[in-house]
Amino acid sequence: MDVRNVAIIGSGPGGWTAAIYASRANLAPIVFEGAEPGGQLMTTTEVENFPGFIDGIQGPELMRVLREQAKRFQTEVVGQRIKSLKRLDDGTFEIIPEKGETIQAKTVILATGATARRLGLESEKALYGKGVSACATCDGFFFRNKRVIVVGGGDSAMEEANFLTRFASEVVIVHRKDSFKASKIMQDRVKQNPKIRILWNKEVTEILGVEAGQVTGAKLRDTVSGETSEEAIDGVFAAIGHEPSVDLVKGWVDLDEFGYIKTTPGTTQTSVPGLFACGDVQDRLYRQAITAAGTGCMAALEAERFLAH
Amino acid sequence: MEHVFTDQTFAQDVLASTTPVFVDFWAPWCAPCLVMGPIVEELAHEIDSAKLTIGKMNIDENIETPGQYRVMSIPTFIVFQGGQEVERLVGSMSKDEMKEKLSRFLA
Repeated sequence: MDVRNVAIIGSGPGGWTAAIYASRANLAPIVFEGAEPGGQLMTTTEVENFPGFIDGIQGPELMRVLREQAKRFQTEVVGQRIKSLKRLDDGTFEIIPEKGETIQAKTVILATGATARRLGLESEKALYGKGVSACATCDGFFFRNKRVIVVGGGDSAMEEANFLTRFASEVVIVHRKDSFKASKIMQDRVKQNPKIRILWNKEVTEILGVEAGQVTGAKLRDTVSGETSEEAIDGVFAAIGHEPSVDLVKGWVDLDEFGYIKTTPGTTQTSVPGLFACGDVQDRLYRQAITAAGTGCMAALEAERFLAH
Repeated sequence: MEHVFTDQTFAQDVLASTTPVFVDFWAPWCAPCLVMGPIVEELAHEIDSAKLTIGKMNIDENIETPGQYRVMSIPTFIVFQGGQEVERLVGSMSKDEMKEKLSRFLA
């Protein structure tokens, strides 16, 4: 079996930047695009803070050009999800895609990113697409003159709640604490919006309407008193943060206390020699397209250095 | 080839069709819909239309049909056969995944 120099898992801004650098260093990288090619930016609209685009750029368009740039320097692109990754006794890595050939690589760059966290309720799963939505910008339209719940207390919850007031008659923010961690400016916008009502210290324990085949309400529990109540609503949007996608390395690569991949400070080096991590999978704090790209560059340069030894 | 359905043509082109029909409910402001657009187009080219007719409906321009079928999240993909909904998929997915989920219509 031929052994690759660099295999990159994931195809967000981190993965593509790593591919651009590795391919320009003549390392002939292979990129596995994963379950969601392009990553989180594929479900955003306008990206206004990525340097180099004066008028902003659409998320999917940014991913398309990064991919094209990587391909221009002979990056091999495989549209596959990875089933398993492990380190062999000789120090190389074995990568098994869901379909197609198993490959070996001397170094691996993990750019698997993060995915939006769900509430984790059975009823949430059953009603997905029937009032439960993972994308406010996609589905807000369907809630014209209806009442919706947004769960969460961060910037993205504030943003979604504000956005949804364009359509919904009322937006109820349900938050399990008594204060938001969102930035002041976003909180102010929400608190000044007459269509938004805030329910503090509440969590959603069940979404109602499974039998009707459509969301009809939500069961809430007070996180302080334990009291339960019900809200009649038509839609549920969860904006409760992200979870790093670490399934491939669980158990053999060190994670930090929040479940993100641990890297040596100032580098992308993980606890396993030859394995580097970039982007959101190792970044709990910034989670920006540009920081993912920055660490993607670092990972490629560090892999190059590792291979030279 | 990929068809375009509207509220006006839906009954005739979809419900009355003698072959199963796959309808992609989408809108131009929905990013995951734009990701799925080219995949659906490719499938339309690859799949024998005698087995499964493939087309899309813009839910911005056509209100009635998505409302009738309670489409509340896009992209939603519905397969109609003999005038009835027989399969519904919600959200973006890979081309392989979609093909697999449609496999019973392609045999």
